Amino acid sequence: MSNFIKGLLTLRRGPWEMVASILIAVGVIMLMQPFVLWLFTYSFIVTLVGTVMFIIVSHFPE
Amino acid sequence: MGDEKQMTDSPIDKVAQATPAPLARRIRGLSDRAIAWIFVAPSIFLLLAINIFPLIWTVHLSFTNFRANRPNRDVEWIGLRNYERILSDSDVWNTMQATAHFLIWTIVLQVLIGFALAYLINKKFKGNDLWTTIIVLPMMLSPAVVGNFWTFLYQPQIGLFNYVIGFLTGADPSSFSMIGDVNLAPWAIVIADTWMWTPFVMLICLAGLRSIPDSIYEAAECDRASKWRQFWTITVPMVLPFLMLAVLFRGIENFKMFDLVVQLTGGGPGAITELTSINLKREAFEKWRTGYSSAYAVILFVTVFGLASIYVKALNKVKER
Repeated sequence: MSNFIKGLLTLRRGPWEMVASILIAVGVIMLMQPFVLWLFTYSFIVTLVGTVMFIIVSHFPE
Repeated sequence: MGDEKQMTDSPIDKVAQATPAPLARRIRGLSDRAIAWIFVAPSIFLLLAINIFPLIWTVHLSFTNFRANRPNRDVEWIGLRNYERILSDSDVWNTMQATAHFLIWTIVLQVLIGFALAYLINKKFKGNDLWTTIIVLPMMLSPAVVGNFWTFLYQPQIGLFNYVIGFLTGADPSSFSMIGDVNLAPWAIVIADTWMWTPFVMLICLAGLRSIPDSIYEAAECDRASKWRQFWTITVPMVLPFLMLAVLFRGIENFKMFDLVVQLTGGGPGAITELTSINLKREAFEKWRTGYSSAYAVILFVTVFGLASIYVKALNKVKER
């Protein structure tokens, strides 16, 4: 866990890609869940943030 | 003399001879990098014209109220209003739920059946190659053909599927309609897609199973590990990255599913099997809400792009093994 946080603070690719992947996955789940409409409403912005973050952080050093 | 020379020359020499002297001099003076650019430029131009420009144009249209059936009408810039409408529309939400049902059940069934088939095919037995070929056959068919084929199988009066279900359960085959019943239609498309794409998951799992060295199992045998334990501590963890790859690939493909479902149910009965891509097509080419459907397409694009990013990352991890 401490390695993960250290990786985030030192702008390493691995942990940041993990955060972006989780955001994308959460966005997709929000888009398709059948329970709450407001989660569906905010799903796109979450997926968009995750996707843009993924593009940026994939250029970070290993 | 001249004719004789032309007959012995290769086509390359002929082209070189036909090139005007000033142009030939100019080409000879080009660097390797410049020549490489000359060869790559047509591909880049086509890529920009066919992929990038339509994408940028779609994003632009998503902020307008443009209608393709009224090209002469003034186009207004309406900002994020199309996105607001889509993301608060309960009909779109329902199509997303229909897509989720289709996505989840196809992936679950395809992974379970695909892995089981791969596990069986990986055992050495007579006729192994023949069975592999037979199992892989549905994947080679066109989705339109599969859709048509399953429409006949699901016919209440003459369909083989209804007959088999009737035979197994004792129910009257004509008492239920897989593609006409609101409760059964979502399962009808799941079954057809599972039939078609399980072989693909099986092939990926088979690649994973065949990549496990025998020495690991031999070491486990020496340690007296049972077959059950070997399965859970060697087979499953070693095949897991391949399974994840299959799940992501099928997830992305089924999120975009169109042809098979259109052919099978057309989105019906009602809109119970109307997946997002079918809904998008209706908005764009039946209701002619081009700006709205462009925003819809952008939302689906970002979602698929995000999933594809994770897919590429998973693929690289598998390659590293």
